[in-house]
Amino acid sequence: MTERPAGSVRGQGGIAVVEADCLSRFAAIWSRAIYPVTATSMTRAEFEQHLLPLARTLRDALHAERFDPRGAARVGEGLVAAHCTDPEALPSILGVIDAYLVLYCGPVLDLPADECRVRCSRLQHAVAVGFSQALRERTLHEQESISRAALNAKSEAETALAASEARFRAVFETAAVGIGIADLDGNVLETNDALTRMFGSEAYVRHRRVGEWTQLESAAGDPASLNRGLVRGDRDHYEVEKAFLRADGSVLWADVQVSLLRDADGSPRYQLALFEDITERRRLLERLRHQATHDALTGLPNRALFFERLDQALADPARDIGVCYLDLDGFKAVNDSLGHAVGDRLLVAVADRLRGCVASPDQLVARIGGDEFVAVYADPPSQAAVTELAARILRALSAPVLLDDRQLPVHGSIGIVHGQVGTRGPADVLRSADITMYRAKERGGNRYEVADPDADARAITRHGLTNQLPSALRHGEFFVEYQPLIGLEDGAVLGAEALVRWLHPVHGVLGPDQFIPLAESTGQIVPLGRWVLQQAAQQARDWHDLQFTGPAPRINVNLSPVQLSHPDLVAEVVAVLEETRLQPSALCLEVTESALIGADEDALKPLRRIADLGVAIALDDFGTGYSNLSSLRWLPVSVLKLDRSFTRGMRQHPADPVEMKIVEGIVSLAHTLNLTVTVEGVETRTQAEHLRALGCDTAQGWYYGKAGPADQLHTLTLADAS
Amino acid sequence: MTDRPSWAPPGIDITVPSVSRVYDYYLGGSHNFEVDREAARHVLKSVPAMPKVGQANRAMMRRAVRYALGRGVDQFLDIGSGIPTFGNVHEVVHALNPEANVVYVDNDPVAVAHSKAVLDGNEHATIATADLRDPHSVLDHPETRRMLDLDRPVALLLVAVLHFLSDADDPHGVVATLRDALAPGSVLVITHATHTPHDRSLDDDMRAGAAVYQRTSTPLVMRQVPEVRRFFTGFELVEPGVVPMPHWRPDTPPGDDIDPAVLTGFAGVGLKA
Repeated sequence: MTERPAGSVRGQGGIAVVEADCLSRFAAIWSRAIYPVTATSMTRAEFEQHLLPLARTLRDALHAERFDPRGAARVGEGLVAAHCTDPEALPSILGVIDAYLVLYCGPVLDLPADECRVRCSRLQHAVAVGFSQALRERTLHEQESISRAALNAKSEAETALAASEARFRAVFETAAVGIGIADLDGNVLETNDALTRMFGSEAYVRHRRVGEWTQLESAAGDPASLNRGLVRGDRDHYEVEKAFLRADGSVLWADVQVSLLRDADGSPRYQLALFEDITERRRLLERLRHQATHDALTGLPNRALFFERLDQALADPARDIGVCYLDLDGFKAVNDSLGHAVGDRLLVAVADRLRGCVASPDQLVARIGGDEFVAVYADPPSQAAVTELAARILRALSAPVLLDDRQLPVHGSIGIVHGQVGTRGPADVLRSADITMYRAKERGGNRYEVADPDADARAITRHGLTNQLPSALRHGEFFVEYQPLIGLEDGAVLGAEALVRWLHPVHGVLGPDQFIPLAESTGQIVPLGRWVLQQAAQQARDWHDLQFTGPAPRINVNLSPVQLSHPDLVAEVVAVLEETRLQPSALCLEVTESALIGADEDALKPLRRIADLGVAIALDDFGTGYSNLSSLRWLPVSVLKLDRSFTRGMRQHPADPVEMKIVEGIVSLAHTLNLTVTVEGVETRTQAEHLRALGCDTAQGWYYGKAGPADQLHTLTLADAS
Repeated sequence: MTDRPSWAPPGIDITVPSVSRVYDYYLGGSHNFEVDREAARHVLKSVPAMPKVGQANRAMMRRAVRYALGRGVDQFLDIGSGIPTFGNVHEVVHALNPEANVVYVDNDPVAVAHSKAVLDGNEHATIATADLRDPHSVLDHPETRRMLDLDRPVALLLVAVLHFLSDADDPHGVVATLRDALAPGSVLVITHATHTPHDRSLDDDMRAGAAVYQRTSTPLVMRQVPEVRRFFTGFELVEPGVVPMPHWRPDTPPGDDIDPAVLTGFAGVGLKA
């Protein structure tokens, strides 16, 4: 150390400067000694600046007139505040004071050197006290603050944990899924409200074991082994869908997910089972499945389910297949005359009877179309078993259906397919059954026929014909035949009814029964009907031109209900009359009774306008439907065509007296209303005589002549004239 | 990282030594429990100069903070801030710019609780509980979002913290994620414990010291200097580069009496372009 004591410098102004200088030097020495043992993050210079006021405190205490060392305690405090917290610092702190304080800050007042030393010592004691006290305070304070921090952190963590637990508890308790927790033995420890609600009783749930929750009756998935795997820790999760009995005995369907809960070390501890109530969902699915596979009207399996079962039955080529294709006879007439509501009720009644015909699970009856039903018989033991099924169906339909006190006869025609599956596809089988059913219909209906490959090959399918109709019309495959219409009074040929035929390139000549319904259902009847009208009208004109004198021969043309509602009908009739220059009175349009039943005034308007032109309107098939006689008063008709069924009993002698009375009544009524009466289906001379006697006006039938080419009529007319 | 959900509270276990409380003990503080002091005494047996290492870390951080303030940076993110004892970042920062914002981040709930008490009422400093190992938890923390505008430069302080990330924690990926979130002009400050291959006995002492940390919740991983330098990828290292802590821009030339252990801590500052 080379510094000189400050006390040697004198002079009033210079004293302060010199004293400050001395103080800085003391602080510098002090800093150099303490700095290495402090933990302060101050730089050396900063630390030295920090010591300066402390040094001043010491000097001022040393110089005080009345010495009081207690102020030096603040110096100890100041050092602790500057992070001289290591007890190792204390010797350095005190050592520098001891060695340099008196030297650099020696008393200005004349104080004995001994007194100076004593004061310096006592100041050191005070610094030490202040240091110790500050250190103790600081330590206690820091211990307290860190403890408080630990406590705060802990309580914060606990609060968060409690909140987290509360959240989980809320999730557990209010979850919509049922939750159950069980130990590894399967003992149920805790369940939530949802689970209790699902099972209907808490005790009922608790007394079960998890294994029971997931055991299935079937072997599929084997939950017992799944559960063993879970509790062993081999798997952490599995899921089963299962039915349970509720406390009240009803069935609960649940999707159960079982998970393994492990502890912090990863060892299995608990099982967690989540239950989702899928009872409603399954019920809905079943309902949807039922709706998708069943006919809404009759409740019978529908086309989709039928084909599903047929596919299954056809899966094994080595097995046999049996199919009965049923089409109701005359159902269309019921629908047309009594309305669809009655038709539907009839179908429901038929379906109920068919249901009773199914004898075993390998048989299924489905409704696959309007009045078409199919029974599929998977792997029947014999053909006899299949024909027995068909016979059972026919028997079931033999009694009439009673609807609103009305007896409706129901009959059906059945096409049977039986044989080894082989390479047959569902479409083949159905087509073959359909064709065969038509054969049964052709043979009069109310019977079954068994498919035979040769017959199939020749068969006319409705489907095929329907598709061929448009091109047949374009290619001129249709032609018209004429059946003479005879005046009963004198046997003269008055005209003819035009009847359309189809000269089919494969099937030969087809009658209207075979294709008119198809043409009606596809709308092809409109162009076809127009063509027939043109042909017939032209023919009538030709006859007229040939005949020169007398009234023109009348031509009767059938009008389908579809044509009747076609907006162009009136215009077409007018156009045809103009083109052919045919007198309107020479044309008679025949409309079936059923087409007019229930028709309102709007629907009748076209017919009325045609009648106004002078064209005659005949009510065809009169008496086959459920005629409302009173309607005859206001319908725009001028002719009644009596169905052949009324006159069947007159073919022989003596005639059926009741039939005679009925026809007499009708004729009388018709004449009263200014209608003429034509009788269809006259086959014998006796019949013709009866009818003439009863006052009928005109007749047609085999007795007079079958339908034939136009020139045949010409011949007849000539014969009649002769 | 554990698979504990982020909103579930961490447990508090003061029977395990905490890195931040051990550090406080080195610095002469009493914010520690016997279990911490026990661990600290173990380290001190192998590395008696550990307090000096801590002091040097603090001192370097102060110089780096002043450097950042000098560049006009007024946002500070101090991750791994520990127990605020003295000479903390906000004290240094606010002495020069009272308006600057400081966000401390630590994953030690006790350190966080203590920081909360110390910072109570301070509008320009806050503490966030987050873990450096999940840097998005730091960046997306509401306090970070509230206090820092990441579109402007930030001084990111990773002082004596990266060596508590194991390689499995992907410390380079962590730093890269933080870097990508920082605006150009941001400052990265790193100090890191390193190996001293040239001095085997010292290296052994340091390893022994580091071994003590295996008993804490956060083991210490010393890395080679080039690896420390690699943390500055995407930053421009400012002079004098990655150097022993006392050599990074000292206020006064460092003397030759510095304990060799202090020199095993390396420091560097980078500027994001």
